[in-house]
Amino acid sequence: MDNNINNDLGTPEVIVPSVTADAGVVEDRTQRNAGNLEVSRRGGLEAVGVHAWFNKHHALADVSLHFPENTVTGLIGPSGCGKSTFLRLLNRMHEFIPKAAMAGEVLFEGEDIYAPGVNPIEIRRRIGMVFQKANPFPAMNIGENVIAGLKLARVKVDDKDALIEECLTRAGLWNEVKDRLKAPGGSLSGGQQQRLCIARALALKPDVLLLDEPCSALDPGSTLRVEETIVQLSETMTIVMVTHNMQQAARVSDYCAFFLSDGGPGRLVEADLTTNIFSNPSDKRTADYVQGRFG
Amino acid sequence: MTTYQYTDVVPEARRPWDHSRSTALRAVALVVLAGIFGSVINQLTGLSGFLGWYVGLAFAVPVIAFIGSARHGWNMASDRIATSLMSIAFATVAIPWMSIFWTVLKNGSKAFHSSYLTSDMRVTSFSDDLHLGGLKHAIIGSLLIVLMAAVIAVPLGVLAAVYIVEVKGRFARLVRFLTQAMSGVPSIVAGLFVYSTVIILFGTFSAVAGSLALAILMLPTVARTSEEVLKIVPEDLRSASYALGASQARTTFRVVLPTVASGLVTASVLGVARVVGETAPLLLTVSYFVGTSASITEPIASLPVYVFTGLTLGDANSATRSWGGSLVLLVMVLVLFLLARFASSRLTRKR
Ligand SMILES: Nc1ncnc2c1ncn2[C@@H]1O[C@H](COP(=O)(O)OP(=O)(O)OP(=O)(O)O)[C@@H](O)[C@H]1O
Ligand SMILES: [Mg+2]
Repeated sequence: MDNNINNDLGTPEVIVPSVTADAGVVEDRTQRNAGNLEVSRRGGLEAVGVHAWFNKHHALADVSLHFPENTVTGLIGPSGCGKSTFLRLLNRMHEFIPKAAMAGEVLFEGEDIYAPGVNPIEIRRRIGMVFQKANPFPAMNIGENVIAGLKLARVKVDDKDALIEECLTRAGLWNEVKDRLKAPGGSLSGGQQQRLCIARALALKPDVLLLDEPCSALDPGSTLRVEETIVQLSETMTIVMVTHNMQQAARVSDYCAFFLSDGGPGRLVEADLTTNIFSNPSDKRTADYVQGRFG
Repeated sequence: MTTYQYTDVVPEARRPWDHSRSTALRAVALVVLAGIFGSVINQLTGLSGFLGWYVGLAFAVPVIAFIGSARHGWNMASDRIATSLMSIAFATVAIPWMSIFWTVLKNGSKAFHSSYLTSDMRVTSFSDDLHLGGLKHAIIGSLLIVLMAAVIAVPLGVLAAVYIVEVKGRFARLVRFLTQAMSGVPSIVAGLFVYSTVIILFGTFSAVAGSLALAILMLPTVARTSEEVLKIVPEDLRSASYALGASQARTTFRVVLPTVASGLVTASVLGVARVVGETAPLLLTVSYFVGTSASITEPIASLPVYVFTGLTLGDANSATRSWGGSLVLLVMVLVLFLLARFASSRLTRKR
């Protein structure tokens, strides 16, 4: 494996939650986490010097990023800069790609999820994921799709119907499908399928939820509902969300991380409180990107 | 600014893209014209009879299709010519098929009488009057042998495909190579193999031994077809399952296999169709029994061997009985196929 990495951007900043943040919700959230940094760090998710390769193609280089517990972090950056790849590294989905490789550590509750002896199945159950492309199970109906994770993981559910309703409501899909829960999952529209996949991930009640452009196919109303759900879930969950919608990143996330590829592997350019990224970024490329000047 | 005005009139639902009626009319006209042309050819040349007429028709069809569509431009014309060539190719392939079916139907129906399907040959010999005896024993025997073979070969075949496509195990290439090699095994060799092992070991012909021989022949078909079926499952589905914390076994059995259930049923049906008419391995392993029996450790009757026996005897009644057996065999394959289709559609609808 070709391992000579020259990190010409220098070591990316690791976010240190700052108490000097601007006003508003973000400040409250930040203070909640800033008080006991060590505790939250043990509970959250942290990438340390992560790289990713597809065969010989170096797709992602030296990303170090901390996701404090119960916060929403937005990953932004132009298409192809490695956001999805990074996300898949965080719950061990990267390894399903033939000839893929990685370097670095991903600490979940202080333990490296790539350490020998770690059960990837358990990791994926606790770090849920919604894919960029909706992928409902065609052989199951809508209701079965929602609780598929529990079925597949052999988890007992006491009240299936209540769980299905709760998850579909949170994903903003309940009203549209409550009369046809027995219809096949593939019979939904693209945006409905996307929300079904969100509901499916919620049913497992993961500790961390990775969302890859969860609203890319949604109308403004459904988007708003999903965003409300994300904010609500972040009371009890750590959420990492890829989005191409700057307003969405600004509305929903506490922290933002900007990725960029200059032809070579994608790198983390800057990560900070969302307010800082949008109002006062320290890198000019970040400012250009969030203001729509390139990318 | 204008506001859109709604009307309450619901227009009639149409399918403007559906040209099936004019297409059908055009096809009929084409065939009639080509048929006339075929007759003319018959008169003018040495070609004669149905086949001579058909040759004339086959040549006329693309020519007439071209003449009829040339005014619409080359795009349309090439489309029509290709369609007509395809239809002719299909008809040409269908002729021997229909000829076989018709011959079997015509000759086989002579063997039928009111109790043909419900009596056996225990007290009747093949050369006896045709209103005596029947082939109940052979139907039961064939069903038994083939179903037992399927019970052995279908799970093994599907599991082999799962090993190759899902598990991608270390020996996947070897397994794939071996199944490919197995599909080249002549049926009589499979029969000899079982004869030289099972039959010699137990000292008796038996239905089970026949099933083993047929399973050997069925396995590669089921495995290769299932492999192709599993390959078309999108990777997204597996990812979705793994991301929900499912193990590979759960992903395979709860997500992948149910998704392609109907394809796997097709694989099994192809396997059954492959072996249902096999005669040689059954002669070597099951032999034949004139009475009705469902004992799997003894020789029992089967349709192919029933047909074979009738033909070896040489007299007219025996031959007619063979035709009857062939007809029943054809119908049995058809029924099994329809049953499997029905089962798989029920299977997918239930989910
Ligand atoms: N399965 C794969 N095999 C090979 N290369 C891949 C694969 N998936 C991604 N890549 C490459 O890795 C790089 C990063 O891709 P990734 O999907 O992470 O981008 P992204 O930031 O999510 O883009 P987008 O915003 O368009 O979703 C790209 O150059 C891409 O070509
Ligand atoms: Mg992506």
